[in-house]
Amino acid sequence: MHPALSVILFTTASGAGYGLLFLIGLLSGTAFLPESRWFAGVAFGLSLGAISFGLLASTFHLGHPERAWRALSQWRSSWLSREGIASLIVYPPAGILALLWLLHGRTLPWLGWLTALVAAVTVYCTSMIYASLKPIPRWHHPLVPAVYLLLGLMTGTLLLQMLLAFFGHIPMPLTWFTLAMLVIGLVAKLAYWHSIDKAQPESTAESATGLGPLGRVRLLEAPHTSDNYLMKEMGHAIARKHASKLRWLSILFGFLLPLVLTLLATALPSLTGAAALLIAAVSGFGGVLLERWLFFAEAKHAVTLYYGTAAV
Amino acid sequence: MTSLPAPGAKKLGLVIDLDICVGCHACAVNCKEWNSGGHMAPLTDLDPYGPNPLGVWFNRVHSFEAGEGAESRTVHFPRSCLHCEQPACVEVCPTGASYKRAEDGIVLVNESLCIGCKLCSWACPYGAREYDYDVGVMKKCTLCIDKIYNETLDPADRVPACVATCPVSARHFGDLGDPQSEVSVLVAERGGYALMPEMGYQPVNRYLPPRPRRDGKGEDRELALAPAAPPAEGAHPFLRWIDRVLSR
Repeated sequence: MHPALSVILFTTASGAGYGLLFLIGLLSGTAFLPESRWFAGVAFGLSLGAISFGLLASTFHLGHPERAWRALSQWRSSWLSREGIASLIVYPPAGILALLWLLHGRTLPWLGWLTALVAAVTVYCTSMIYASLKPIPRWHHPLVPAVYLLLGLMTGTLLLQMLLAFFGHIPMPLTWFTLAMLVIGLVAKLAYWHSIDKAQPESTAESATGLGPLGRVRLLEAPHTSDNYLMKEMGHAIARKHASKLRWLSILFGFLLPLVLTLLATALPSLTGAAALLIAAVSGFGGVLLERWLFFAEAKHAVTLYYGTAAV
Repeated sequence: MTSLPAPGAKKLGLVIDLDICVGCHACAVNCKEWNSGGHMAPLTDLDPYGPNPLGVWFNRVHSFEAGEGAESRTVHFPRSCLHCEQPACVEVCPTGASYKRAEDGIVLVNESLCIGCKLCSWACPYGAREYDYDVGVMKKCTLCIDKIYNETLDPADRVPACVATCPVSARHFGDLGDPQSEVSVLVAERGGYALMPEMGYQPVNRYLPPRPRRDGKGEDRELALAPAAPPAEGAHPFLRWIDRVLSR
């Protein structure tokens, strides 16, 4: 699949934003987060900013962005529509929570829980847009929603611990949680890669043409001499050696470096520690960007069976 | 509404005979011609005379080779929308632009509702939908809805453009929901099949497989490929002269 920058930015930025919002919402009534209104302003600003940036980016790949509001109508059948609605529903509780915090200090834990719930549901809807597509077997996979949720939460956690470091207070349990998220995220992604590498083909040139009874089927002549929309959008292919190199880079920047920096920050004085966690958050986001690029670039669409691919 | 309607009795579709198709692309060209002025017009072409033409077509003719060696076959394979009974392209549409008609099963796009998110094309394993980069909406085969119901046309002409133009009658149009219809009988007789049934989309269109070779052992072919016998001694002197000239 063609790795469109707008969609990659959308899923990663909004994923991190929802991850952070989820944690702020969940912990809003607890002493894990500072009472400071400055903290609330920065934390809500960062999470809602990342979410809004992602949502805006996602409209850039539309042919008619001005009609985007119509996408809210088909929630009965379409995961894209459900995601659009969930992404809007999250704003009122998050906004009220932020406003109350800014005006009166921390309050109403149930509003935080509601915000966290809708944030998680939105990311799940995003993941199901991809996981529901049968013609792309590498997306139609039970680990896809799990990885989207875990990596969103992981990048959100990296952002939260960075913010807390700058506000001078990281509770130890949160450091442990960050380390656990990095390990769980990495394990989930490795399990996904292992699974798609081992997977048997779901469809073949034989089943796509129905000519299997005659023997092995291969393309003799394409219908057209230059790439059409299908080839541009669905025909993107990446060399296996590049893919494995990029997977390593994504593991390094997305998981290993943030892991080392998070551990390092516990031993560093507060300001250098905060700087280390800032690098950890940026590195983690970069690694997930790479992971999301690969998610698209490595996915093979069944329509390519009509254009010379033997199996998907 | 992108939720699917209750399945109707009528299932209009195409039956394509892969035994007969000669791969002339006339169906694709006539499709382009009719639909350039039809329901989903225009079928935009970008850079049509340049080095990288890019245009919208509803019908594409692929040529495949199947089998090995002397037993292999060249099969020309027209590919267009199959008007599935469970069209995922319709269900994923967030705006309701994609819909399936209850009355005849045709899958259509309402261009004025389409936001051009392209998700329907991702959901279709058959490559039936092509994005119009110029207009910014998704386009697809309409089964020539503006032709098959057009009462100003002669009844014989009320068939899709691809069917009307096929010079070898490899394409048939009719109601595949009616087991007595000509197309249904044809499918039953020839073992017509659906593409990628494993997707579960239940395509309506059917493909008729190439018939088995008549000889089965390749004897006809050996005969056809055997060198022509040299002119016998008693042949016409002119033919013997030709043979001598050609044998030099």
